[in-house]
Amino acid sequence: MRARLTAGPLMADDLLIASGLYVSYGKPRPSVLARAPRLGVPVLHGVNLEVRKGETVGIVGESGSGKTTLGRTLIGLVRPTAGSIRFDGIDITTLDEPAMRPLRRRMQMIFQDPMSSLNPRHTIGRILTQPMRLHGLASDHASARGRARDILDRVGLAPSTMDCYSHELSGGQRQRVGIARAVVLRPDFVIADEIVSGLDVSTQAQVLRLLKELTSEMHLALAFISHDLSVIRSICDRVVVMQSGSIVEQGPCEQVFAAPRAAYTRMLLDAIPLPVLDPDWLMSGPAADQVVN
Amino acid sequence: MSAARLSIDDLTAVSVRDGNRFMLRDVSLKIAIGEVHGIVGESGAGKSTIAKAILGIIPSQVKVTRGRIDFEGLDLLSLSSTALRAVLGRDIALIAQDPSTALNPARRIEAQLTDGLRLKRGLSSSEARMRAGTLLEDVQIRDPTQVLRSYPHQLSGGMRQRVLIAAAFALQPKLVIADEPTTALDVTVQKQILRLIRSLQERHGTSVLFVSHNLGVVAKICDRVSVLYMGKVMEQATTAELLTAPRHPYTKALLGATPRYDAPESGLQPIPPGLIAALRAEIAASDARPADRGSADG
Repeated sequence: MRARLTAGPLMADDLLIASGLYVSYGKPRPSVLARAPRLGVPVLHGVNLEVRKGETVGIVGESGSGKTTLGRTLIGLVRPTAGSIRFDGIDITTLDEPAMRPLRRRMQMIFQDPMSSLNPRHTIGRILTQPMRLHGLASDHASARGRARDILDRVGLAPSTMDCYSHELSGGQRQRVGIARAVVLRPDFVIADEIVSGLDVSTQAQVLRLLKELTSEMHLALAFISHDLSVIRSICDRVVVMQSGSIVEQGPCEQVFAAPRAAYTRMLLDAIPLPVLDPDWLMSGPAADQVVN
Repeated sequence: MSAARLSIDDLTAVSVRDGNRFMLRDVSLKIAIGEVHGIVGESGAGKSTIAKAILGIIPSQVKVTRGRIDFEGLDLLSLSSTALRAVLGRDIALIAQDPSTALNPARRIEAQLTDGLRLKRGLSSSEARMRAGTLLEDVQIRDPTQVLRSYPHQLSGGMRQRVLIAAAFALQPKLVIADEPTTALDVTVQKQILRLIRSLQERHGTSVLFVSHNLGVVAKICDRVSVLYMGKVMEQATTAELLTAPRHPYTKALLGATPRYDAPESGLQPIPPGLIAALRAEIAASDARPADRGSADG
């Protein structure tokens, strides 16, 4: 059991390897009264995770399970208290900002709420071209705009979107811009954190389909964070199940969904209401007769 | 069907601010005593507008232009606000989507649970407190005394939703409007909350109007379902019929777009643009012929 959950030996196609990640929030403070010092709020407890090149990994858990913190730690937005992260052979755990910057182009993030992650005062054109200029991916303004139009076309948005502001777009269109912004830099690794949870099922299907196509076209590794196992099933190769800051199960989707090993995974699956006729579902299962508080 | 507790007939509403755009188009539905009726649809379909019309809290820019809402012989749309207030809370109650905004952050749970019991049922303070404790036990809260003393922010989302359910069922209403009551919750908590609503509803013979965007949730808790698109009922059927033999192409497309963990390639089929175009054209045509609208049934 233990061996299955630890990071394996370095494989040729491993892109990212996280070993023994611990993260706590809040400043450690020495306590005046008790002997043990206070260490802040622990969020991750020794997480081991590999992501291979071009692979889509689903990270699932309920609120407070640490899935967002794990995602942020993997791309260096949160510093782990202990453990290490290697990205394409480079240990990025303690890398300083100047050394980290060239790597940032290669690891991008798509956020849950595009309304708050896209600058409301910049046109979509500016949002897409500025990072290209900063990372030296376009020699001049015209070529940056040309590439921005290409990527908009790829995510299914009209060239005129270049001159729009984020508030002029629908939720689904905004999320396409979020995806375009992330992939325009030709990253190797993208984290998508709950990016379809605010969308209607039809729009959600469009966004999921787009992501699936892009990851295979661009040989992109994707960490897809979601609370929804059904959504994960539709686009991921592998799934990682988190509970209270630890990974309780991980494996290929076919295996985990067909024969979940952890009791927690079984409980999560049982709790998902499928649109099928099953009159016994509501009153049965592990969540039954649970008294809270 | 047995006697209807709520009967909505040809309910039509427009948005005055938005050039009299139709919000609801001849919506008709009946909810029998003890029945859970689901309204499912995408955002903007008009699900919440129906709920708000029943509760008399339609926003000022929305105007009902046609139709009736009959609740046990009372025409809710023509009631004075005083008369409506007598019905709401006592006979019709609401379980809102977001328990953190539905509860008053500055008052203890006890005060919020006992208001209705004192004002509408005439219980004394101590009787109301006892009753509030029992209500919390009914929603499977283990330590009611502790929760009664708490402020909303001291409770988890699932606990707050239980408190709201306790409040909704406090006066044994005949009709409960549940507007996306589990959307903000984790799946395991969602299942507990759905089970709770269903068992309280069955125990008291309450009728429930259950609004949701999630076909899976609707499948598990509703007896009948209305599928809504652009303010128009596309299909109305028993849950079993809807799931095993959907008739309307929109219902089929909605089911096809829903991801499910038991089917690997599910959740990647958007509603076909051709279908959307056809539905919009059909709806625009019937909007232009107001006289025919009543008969233009999906």
